[in-house]
Amino acid sequence: MIALPELKPNKMTFQAIVFYVFASTLIISALVVITARNPVHAALFLVLSFCSAAALWLLLYAEFLALTLILVYVGAVMVLFLFVVMMLDINFDKLREGFWRYLPVAATVAILMLAQMLLLLFDRSMRLVSAASPGAPAPGVSNTKELGRVLYTDYLLTFELAAVILLVAIVAAIALTLRGRKEVKTQNVGEQVRVKSSDRLKIISMAAEKDEPPAPVSPPAA
Amino acid sequence: MDALVQTLNQGFITTLGATWGPPAWALTKTLVMVVMVVVPLLLFVLYFQLVERWVIGWMQVRRGPNRVGPFGLLQPIADAIKLLLKEQIVPSGANKALFLVAPALSVAPAMAVWAVIPFTPNWVVANADAGLLVVLAMTSMGVYGVIIAGWASNSKYAFIGAMRSAAQVVSYEIAMGFALVGGLMAAQTMNLTQVIARQDGPFGFAEWFFVPLFPLFIIHFIAGVAETNRHPFDVAEGESEIVAGPLVEYSGMTWSLFFLAEYANMLLVATISTILFLGGWLSPFPKAIPLLGEPGIWWMFGKMMFLMLMFVWIRASFPRYRYDQIMRLGWKIFIPLTIVWIVVVGLMMMEPINNLPVINWWFGKQSGH
Repeated sequence: MIALPELKPNKMTFQAIVFYVFASTLIISALVVITARNPVHAALFLVLSFCSAAALWLLLYAEFLALTLILVYVGAVMVLFLFVVMMLDINFDKLREGFWRYLPVAATVAILMLAQMLLLLFDRSMRLVSAASPGAPAPGVSNTKELGRVLYTDYLLTFELAAVILLVAIVAAIALTLRGRKEVKTQNVGEQVRVKSSDRLKIISMAAEKDEPPAPVSPPAA
Repeated sequence: MDALVQTLNQGFITTLGATWGPPAWALTKTLVMVVMVVVPLLLFVLYFQLVERWVIGWMQVRRGPNRVGPFGLLQPIADAIKLLLKEQIVPSGANKALFLVAPALSVAPAMAVWAVIPFTPNWVVANADAGLLVVLAMTSMGVYGVIIAGWASNSKYAFIGAMRSAAQVVSYEIAMGFALVGGLMAAQTMNLTQVIARQDGPFGFAEWFFVPLFPLFIIHFIAGVAETNRHPFDVAEGESEIVAGPLVEYSGMTWSLFFLAEYANMLLVATISTILFLGGWLSPFPKAIPLLGEPGIWWMFGKMMFLMLMFVWIRASFPRYRYDQIMRLGWKIFIPLTIVWIVVVGLMMMEPINNLPVINWWFGKQSGH
């Protein structure tokens, strides 16, 4: 666990302050992601919102999930995102074209999604509102170890299914982008390493030649 | 030492009361710990580049810096003053805010990660349970500084360098992560203090994990060289082709922050290798030898220094890799090798095999695990 300074008497208030700081950062940066004009800025604010979400998870003692969120999403996914977004030459006027035309469809989808999320939040049967914080784990209990134990025993089938789906996605992505470009010259390193001098170089033994003055006019070779 | 800490703790509680004493004590203690880690780190970076120039000079049969002060010992101070006083130029077409944020984004993760690094069993800012994950997460964030610098500079060379760096770092992170996975499998913990404790034993260096995990140790180190964009993997900077890559528009203090981050990251790679594979502060000699067998921080620093000199040695020896060769080495050689060796480590830890004669030194029941 990341050792927060041990603030025993005011522990709750300190954690509350930390929670509100990160939660407000999360909400504001998520809003900027969808309102920023520059896509690079939007991607960077998405990184910020991932980091804030990771901090919130740390407050819930879910350090494995928090660090994995940073490692996978911030460290790999968003880097590749930025990689692509930076190379795009985006015409903003063209992007904004047809905003009003698409608005009804987009608004319907947005309202539906909002309603679903609110239902999830306020539905009693989900018990999300009344769920208590699990609290600090007992000393010696490792978050990572427990997650691994559960994933590889109780949820092994689901875990493996997820892995297979990811594998299919990788294969599909490669199949979509792999075109056999014929004109590309590639280096076969194995061949280069295995090559022997006798494959490239021929040494012949011949009698020594005598140095003679060149002929005045040599006829061109046939 | 412990008695002094106890007295100070009591002093805080008696002067500030039971409500504010403990939090004030925790805050002060953490701040002092941070200073105790960061100040030596900065001093090290300052002087290591002098050592690097001496060593490279020696390898190339010339004298290194020897003009400023005795033996050139004041050279880093002179360099620092020069960098501090240099004019800070922001290119007119640059994205000013991001241009200035980039160096900070580069240096902040490089410093933050030292919070979980133990130097002795007690000298660690945060003895985190998931220490190795923190290290991985923080190093994976370091690439943002370079990418943003390249993009915000609004320069072709900087941008090409940033793209190269991003692709290279993301590729080598996988191999590096897998090498660390092998290490944490062998150690059965991600707490870096316990990782070192697991390598303790009567036989000295034979107990360290670099013996059973030798391929992973080598791959981790080489991937570390690539991660920090050092020679011979420095195509991101590539001063002979794209001038200085992402750093081309930077000058003065902003440039030196990137420099600081690079050297801090180098030292981090050396430290992680030391902790995970070379037994940290443990002595290479058998326990039975009286003075030499004692563990101590000098062993840790000695191993770190040795690996840092390896960085310099590699830099002085090898020509720069071609970009497609870098990618081939990372994806087609390192990643398959690490995966194979993870399986081998798993086999060595299995029940009948782990008690075989030599393997039981590291994985057997009587090895104290």
